[in-house]
Amino acid sequence: MIAYIIRRLLYAIPILIGVNLLTFALFFFVNSPDDMARVHLGGKRVTPEAIEKWKQDRGYDKPLLYNPAGAGAGKLTDTIFYRHSLRLFVLEFGRSDNGRNIGYDIRQRMWPSLAIALPIFIVGILAHITFAMLLAFFRGSYLDTAGVVLCVVMMSVSTLFYVIGGQYLVSMLLRLVPVSGYDVGVDAVKFLALPVLVGVVSGIGASTRLYRTLFLEEIGKDYVRTARAKGLSELRVLFRHVLKNAMIPILTGVVVVIPLLFTGSLIMESFFGIPGLGSYTIDAINSQDFAIVRAMVFLGSVLYILGLILTDITYTLVDPRVRLS
Amino acid sequence: MPFQLEFLWTDILIYLLLASTLAFTFYTLRHEHLRVPWRQVARRPMAMASLVVLAVYVVVGLMDSVHYRPLLEIRNQAERVYSNEVLSLLDKLTTTLRTRVEKTYSAPFAVQAYSKETVEYPDGRHAREYPRLTYGGAHLRNPQDRATDIARRTGFAALTGIGLWLVSVAGFLWWWRGSAESWNGAARRLWRGESQIPWRAIWVTIGVVIVLAANAASLSPLYHIFGTDQVGQDVFYKSLKSIRTGLVIGTLTTLVMLPFAAVFGIMAGYFRGWVDDVIQYTYTTLSSIPGVLLIAAAILSLQVYVGNHPESFHSATERADIRLLFLCLILGVTSWTSLCRLLRGETLKLREVDYIQAARALGSSHVSVMARHVLPNVMHIILITVVLDFSGLVLAEAVLSYVGVGVDPTMDSWGNMINSARLEMAREPVVWWSLASAFVFMFGLVLAANLFSDAVRDAFDPRLRK
Repeated sequence: MIAYIIRRLLYAIPILIGVNLLTFALFFFVNSPDDMARVHLGGKRVTPEAIEKWKQDRGYDKPLLYNPAGAGAGKLTDTIFYRHSLRLFVLEFGRSDNGRNIGYDIRQRMWPSLAIALPIFIVGILAHITFAMLLAFFRGSYLDTAGVVLCVVMMSVSTLFYVIGGQYLVSMLLRLVPVSGYDVGVDAVKFLALPVLVGVVSGIGASTRLYRTLFLEEIGKDYVRTARAKGLSELRVLFRHVLKNAMIPILTGVVVVIPLLFTGSLIMESFFGIPGLGSYTIDAINSQDFAIVRAMVFLGSVLYILGLILTDITYTLVDPRVRLS
Repeated sequence: MPFQLEFLWTDILIYLLLASTLAFTFYTLRHEHLRVPWRQVARRPMAMASLVVLAVYVVVGLMDSVHYRPLLEIRNQAERVYSNEVLSLLDKLTTTLRTRVEKTYSAPFAVQAYSKETVEYPDGRHAREYPRLTYGGAHLRNPQDRATDIARRTGFAALTGIGLWLVSVAGFLWWWRGSAESWNGAARRLWRGESQIPWRAIWVTIGVVIVLAANAASLSPLYHIFGTDQVGQDVFYKSLKSIRTGLVIGTLTTLVMLPFAAVFGIMAGYFRGWVDDVIQYTYTTLSSIPGVLLIAAAILSLQVYVGNHPESFHSATERADIRLLFLCLILGVTSWTSLCRLLRGETLKLREVDYIQAARALGSSHVSVMARHVLPNVMHIILITVVLDFSGLVLAEAVLSYVGVGVDPTMDSWGNMINSARLEMAREPVVWWSLASAFVFMFGLVLAANLFSDAVRDAFDPRLRK
């Protein structure tokens, strides 16, 4: 088991190198640092000196990959690639284009992100599985048909409408919770209630329908018939047998996103004014801060790969047939 | 010529897509084994009703994809000067909507502006009141007549629509009825839904569409039926223009990624070995970057490029078009990986099958085995992915535009409409019509696409076939 995990972690290294090279190419080859400086300083009437200074302040004045002026190892280390890309591997994110310490910002903003993403994740899974179970229990009835139709209808509505509609209904008309904002401690509840509700509701359509299909696939199998033949009640069959076996495909989709919960949700956070990593990314995109976007791309990839490894490990825990080797 | 045709990049790709869809349709019609699953789709009332709705969207989108520049003047007899503004066929048809611009917001069917203004009377008095709109309901002498006017016009339009519908149904019956069958019999058969293809559902949907279209055609030149936005543009017109954007994102993205996914997926599964390793490594790397962030990074880079090379783009339309195309490309890059993985898995299974081994033994080249034997047998996977992805991509456009990495802010799109609605919802009184309009149009398209793709999946997925 441990050998397997170590091997998987080693496999992740070439992939991360690939991600690193790709983002490096995207940010430094497609657009030279000069271009970035010009965009930041604004307009065409930017003096070369101003560009030079901008680059120098941020350490972009080095050659991209190879520095012939350097001494010894400095030929390779005194370059943009080494200083701005390779450093990411040790999670050294450096400074953003307006001079803030990205690593510090990420550590600060991680927790609000988690505070909203984790409840959505947990409540969401429980709610969606419950609804799907309900539909599977009443399968073939009008309730089931109506439920599936409702799911398709809910799937067809953009998340943005749920957010805007929820904010308007709950915050502006009923005035139950504040429209947006964030606070630490117990006060956070009143700010988090609406985003969590919206997050769970917006996912109902797609997830419930998927889980229902998974349950129905299992219900048709022989072991379920055996369980019924033993005289087990329908509820017992559903919860003890069907649910357990349907968990395997459900987990594939679910475990992968756990590490990504840290990076939060772009839309939720910016709509509800939560100072997490999602709104951090959006702000960076809007102010064209390349350093932050680069850091977030790398961080996201690391977490995604971690999620994949976690998924494989969970498989062994829930499905004794799977042996990692 | 009083105009000069203008081919934007996305236009050309749309024509290409249209041509290949038509070719694919003809090919399918001539091969019985390909027709079987489609016939199954054609028997689902829900799917066919959705198809009618989708067809309406596609027609609007296609009309908006024929661009031209109108002629401004002819100088010295020979030199023709064309306008810088690029228009489309849809713009031409909806000239009244496009040009009747109010000052600022106005509610649907309003005759008065949304905000108060100081009005000066001829006798020198000043008063703060809601001024009449320049165009909305301008034909009414007395604003109180609005309700009766709308009711009269709606009734008239509905009657015209129903009349038109009845004529088309009669035409259909004439074509459909068997040679020995009476008109009554055919009509009864249609009414009871006794046909292989669910004509009843199709004609009911067409009826609803015709009546709605007749109403829009009769009311929209006189009123702003979905209100106007901040700069006084007709929201109904903007929603119509957004259709093309949504369709382009939903279809061109797939068109762009399909060749990569198919070629790489099949190659990886067929050759195995180092080819497989390289391709697997490529798609694992790409798919491990969170999609939104990769798109954001790419769009940011494009913005910098466009900002530094303003000379490469002649008009704002062209610039917006390049950005749309680039968005499709980058969305394609993020979405080809899952299809590629599926195709690789299927090809791995297929390459061991007898007929492929036989083809190899008979001396077929690798290329011909892949193209003639493997590809047709993974076609169902490609088709299912294409139709299932469509609605997701249309929804993704809205989110991306909101995040600021979607289509150009000057381009009409549902995402941009929702984005601006965010501030409008906080106004007092609430400006809800932009959001509502984007919702209605987007919901119609996505729901129809979802229902249709469900039917396609059920028909083509061998696991679901009974």
